[in-house]
Amino acid sequence: MKQEATPVIEFDHVSKIYENGVVGLKDINLTIMPGEFVVVVGLSGAGKSTLMRAVNRLHDISQGDIRIDGESITKAKGKKLRQIRRKIGMIFQNFNLINRATVLRNVLTGRVGYYPTWKMLFGLFSPEDKQRAYQALQTVELADKVYTRADQLSGGQQQRVSIARALTQAPSLILADEPIASLDPETTRRVMDDLKRINQELGMTVLVNLHQVDLAQAYGSRIIGIRAGEKVFDGPVSEATSAVFDEIYNGAEAEG
Amino acid sequence: MEDLLPKQKLNWHKWALTAVMLVALVWSAFITDAHLGLFFTNFSQFTELFVEMAHVDWAYTGYTLEPMLQTIKMSIIGTLLGSALAFPYALLVSRNIVTNKVVVGVFRFILNIVRTIPDLMLAALFVAVVGIGPVAGIFALTIFTFGMVSKLFYEAIETIDPGPLEALRAAGGNRIEIIRFAVFPQIANYFVSYVLYAFEINVRASTVLGYMGAGGIGVYLQQALSMFRYDRVGVIVLVIFVVVLAIDYVSGKTREALL
Amino acid sequence: MTELKLPNPPAQRRWGKVLAAVIFIGLVIWAFTGMPAFSIKANAVMVTKSIGDGLIHPDWAYVWTGDGEDLTSTLLETLGIAILGTFISAVISLPFAFWAAHTKHKFWLVTRSGKFVLTAIRTFPEIVLALMFIKAVGPGSFAGVLAVGFHSIGMLAKLFSEAIENMNGGAGEAVTAAGGSALDVTMLASLPQLLPEFVSNTLYRFELAIRSASILGMVGAGGVGTPLIFAIQTRSWPRVAIILYGIIVLVTATDWLSGALRKRLV
Repeated sequence: MKQEATPVIEFDHVSKIYENGVVGLKDINLTIMPGEFVVVVGLSGAGKSTLMRAVNRLHDISQGDIRIDGESITKAKGKKLRQIRRKIGMIFQNFNLINRATVLRNVLTGRVGYYPTWKMLFGLFSPEDKQRAYQALQTVELADKVYTRADQLSGGQQQRVSIARALTQAPSLILADEPIASLDPETTRRVMDDLKRINQELGMTVLVNLHQVDLAQAYGSRIIGIRAGEKVFDGPVSEATSAVFDEIYNGAEAEG
Repeated sequence: MEDLLPKQKLNWHKWALTAVMLVALVWSAFITDAHLGLFFTNFSQFTELFVEMAHVDWAYTGYTLEPMLQTIKMSIIGTLLGSALAFPYALLVSRNIVTNKVVVGVFRFILNIVRTIPDLMLAALFVAVVGIGPVAGIFALTIFTFGMVSKLFYEAIETIDPGPLEALRAAGGNRIEIIRFAVFPQIANYFVSYVLYAFEINVRASTVLGYMGAGGIGVYLQQALSMFRYDRVGVIVLVIFVVVLAIDYVSGKTREALL
Repeated sequence: MTELKLPNPPAQRRWGKVLAAVIFIGLVIWAFTGMPAFSIKANAVMVTKSIGDGLIHPDWAYVWTGDGEDLTSTLLETLGIAILGTFISAVISLPFAFWAAHTKHKFWLVTRSGKFVLTAIRTFPEIVLALMFIKAVGPGSFAGVLAVGFHSIGMLAKLFSEAIENMNGGAGEAVTAAGGSALDVTMLASLPQLLPEFVSNTLYRFELAIRSASILGMVGAGGVGTPLIFAIQTRSWPRVAIILYGIIVLVTATDWLSGALRKRLV
């Protein structure tokens, strides 16, 4: 590893307590370096999604500090916040595509952070960005669907469009929040393969949360276990034995 | 021994409500001096008017076309201006766009008040302000459309899928970009449909606005009525009927194609 | 991977959009032709100012004078017009609804003619109707009742007929299967299903009737519209303002009440 590279993500004593008193995250410390493929595992409701959404501040945290490439996103406001978010691509469980718009339109929206607002009001994307979007669609092998309406694609295709959207953003980090939860096993492999390729060929850091232990072991380089808002495991995939997963999911000894 | 069927509990809520409604009905008949007898004894007068109307003064048809077109023009402009105002306003009162409850509450309250003002009253007020003519009608229709369409708009906005909004936010979009790329594409078709619907209603409404001096065919209707030329009233009513049917048909087909 | 150029979008969709835009812009331009240029008249500002003054200082004394011509009395009259008018309309709407409802074993022309008649009633301007009834029974709220009652049929019978069309036929079949007559089917299966829907539609129509009833007085058909048009014509804005506030209160209150009742029905 390079000498003293800046971590992509740093969590510094991060806690999140929801308005109704539910604890989402409890004193989490975390450092993710460039190029890692990190899989977050845990039960549903354990705080995996909260963790993901804390990274790009779709959810605000209650305590602590989160830094992206060394810059605090917790303290960022307005334009600064949006510039940091621009560096983070996100993939969602429900794809979050605009159904009535074409695939191209959907992929282009990944670029909004790069334009002044008035240009966006008229939807004026540059030809270079259109080409960039088309390139991203080739990466996920959906170039032929460029002018198809998003709701005419299958679930797996829609998820790959949303990957292309994230790629078009040219981020250094990709967050994938249960990207395969609504997909069948066949398309699951494709989406996970795409993520792996992005990680290895394009060198983007990937943080993905999953339910499935086998997928976590097959794709991840590092596993983080979350239980009841607490980090209960953090280590390379080789150390994540079945005993470890057992603890993450069933909470063998530690309190919950 | 066989168990007897238990008695159903008396649903006194229902009975009380029915009683209140009956009392309200009797009270209404009393306060409005309703004499159905009077209606039936004078029924011949009523039918006479219909007979007079049925003797349509066809020669008058030509004169009604110009004001009828003006009515349609008024409706188009009024619908357009009202909808243009309604769009930003609807965003302002949508709970999934503006999270400040006080802002939403206050502006919704204002909207509800605007919606209670009858269209004819708006027409009469604007005639007083800008004078007799179609401009008063356009203003009245603008406010009327604004109230009607704002509500339809914000109800549509509040049912959209929040996913794309989140995706845009994650990609670094600001509020305007979120509206442009995540809100607008989801509701554009509904908006066009509602605007067309408002246009249908406005064509009907604007036919009578002229009665208060606010331009269009209503002015001619008022003249014919005050001169007791029911044969001309008949023509006007027929022309209105045909135009409304035609516009409803075209607009309905367009809306069907959109949704 | 070789660099592929982004292909052009399919032509037919683009042309559809262009066509729609051309039609739309053409209509708007046409609408503005021949419209008198909007110029603010010298006194418009003054009128607006005095209207604003009136809105701030409404004529509170008019709320209740006790002579039966005050705001409270005329608002109650308006309410009465709406209630009785809607009731009459609901009764007359029933046969119309069965006429216009599209159901099995019915000649299409029957349904079509029924729907056509309802459209005609809906389109007939309510004001003209009010004036005709004034001719028949004299000016006053009874003419308003008749106008509301007759005009509402167009919409109410349409709503009723849609309820009939959407009715679940299973319950009726069960009654027939048990040996019931057509009357039995109506009484035991159709009515219990339709009644809540009918009441809900009637309440909805009542909300609209309140709005109509408050303006029909402008042509002499009773209710709060009569003092309103006098106040506007004499430009006594404090009076206009208090009447406007009265209408807003009445409409808001009845909307709320009717909405609450409808919610409980469903």
